[in-house]
Amino acid sequence: MYTNIELYINTVNVELIELQNISKSFGEIEVLKSISASFYPGKTNLIIGASGSGKTTLTKCIVGLTEPSNGNVLFSGEDFHTMKFKQKKTVRKEIGFLFQGSALFDSMTVEENITFTLSMFSNMTKEEQLDRANFCLQRTNLENVNRLYPAELSGGMKKRVAISRAIAMNPKYLFCDEPNSGLDPQTSAVIDNLIKEITEEYQMTTLVITHDMNSVIEIGDNIIFIYNGEKWWEGGRDEILKTDNQEVVDFVYASKFMKALRK
Amino acid sequence: MNLFYHIGRYFILLGRAFLKPEKFSIYWKRTIFEMSNLGLGSLGIASIIAFFMGAVIVIQTASNIDSAWIPDYTIGFTARQSIILEFSPTILALILAGKIGSSVASEIGTMRVTEQIDALEIMGVNSASYLITPKIIAAVVINPMLVIISMFLSLTGGWLAGVMNGSVSTYTYIHGIQYDFDSFSIVYALIKTMFFAFAMTSIPAYHGYYTSGGALEVGKSSTKGVVYSSVCILILNYILTQLMLS
Repeated sequence: MYTNIELYINTVNVELIELQNISKSFGEIEVLKSISASFYPGKTNLIIGASGSGKTTLTKCIVGLTEPSNGNVLFSGEDFHTMKFKQKKTVRKEIGFLFQGSALFDSMTVEENITFTLSMFSNMTKEEQLDRANFCLQRTNLENVNRLYPAELSGGMKKRVAISRAIAMNPKYLFCDEPNSGLDPQTSAVIDNLIKEITEEYQMTTLVITHDMNSVIEIGDNIIFIYNGEKWWEGGRDEILKTDNQEVVDFVYASKFMKALRK
Repeated sequence: MNLFYHIGRYFILLGRAFLKPEKFSIYWKRTIFEMSNLGLGSLGIASIIAFFMGAVIVIQTASNIDSAWIPDYTIGFTARQSIILEFSPTILALILAGKIGSSVASEIGTMRVTEQIDALEIMGVNSASYLITPKIIAAVVINPMLVIISMFLSLTGGWLAGVMNGSVSTYTYIHGIQYDFDSFSIVYALIKTMFFAFAMTSIPAYHGYYTSGGALEVGKSSTKGVVYSSVCILILNYILTQLMLS
């Protein structure tokens, strides 16, 4: 007898991420409390919640930057934290990560940032790497920035370069940590749409951590609301606007704009 | 206990840093870059300090051995011994520990707090190996060359100062620096330099790598890196001198 998730893995060859009872404590402080969830490919999965609710810690547990105190993280059915070093490296090569602050390498040009993983892990020639970098830059609507350094770019451009770098290796999994923090609404919308487009185009399993309600409404196929380290609510973007869960309502309709929209 | 915690973590980090590199050609390029960055970048300051320190050593030696019983070539002899045995390898190492150490700690520390190291890890790159090993290898290779250059410039500075103030003639100075010369002293200096180079890059790299917080913590890591590597150089100097010269 298969569970729904086992059936999904066995019937379709998918790049699924599954969390099983993830808990994380720092000393006495319990930051994550037994979180279980599944993230499917081709969909933009959102983790939302207030600042300090444990979203970033959860993401770090998923990608292995932090070891969870309890629980398992399965990438396509394989537990990441019990994998051997080499296996972990193989999985990590399939992960694209967009950091909140972009985390571009300061000492490298845009082009070098994007070709870095290609030069490190692929057998591509220099020309092929540059072609791939140009393709990724075009995909994120960037032109004539190849020779610029991160310090010479605007916040929105940095995010787009970081997305280009994240998709350079054709990852199966894309993680975005607050992709539109510090960006103006128009650029935020561009970044959101870009993430959704590439997720659907390349059938990636995308996980976006955000507390931006525009992102929730625009791209949230599957939304998980974290409250005080617990998975409090899960649903789609249409459901979140209609839910009567008080904590979710308080979060979603915190701004005057959203309150007005509700009325 | 805190000291043992840091020592243990330092050696674990070094263990990770010396794992097999992902792609040798990239590490080779980085090592060459670091040789230029750490070595050539320090050549100017090392040369200036060496030249003037050599000059001062000769002037002070000349003024302190103003006796008819001590031959003039002693000035060159003393200058050579102090420059080759101690000044060039150790004092220069302490000066470079300040320059190279702060640069290494702040570079890696900044990469840590801006999540660039996390980015490397998520890409599947061994960040310790990629960031630290090329710096250590570059310093271990290039610093002995800097020391050789500094020895030459110190002796040249000493000669010019001695001749210009009339305390020693060129012939006597050269006779002094050749007198009872034991080539092992150069080997001793270069071996010390390689140990010092390892300490002055790996210790600040450790402090930078484990920085957490923001710009203030990067500054603190940089200071700690310089202080601890300087102390380590002095301890290593004592141990190596005891082992090789006694």
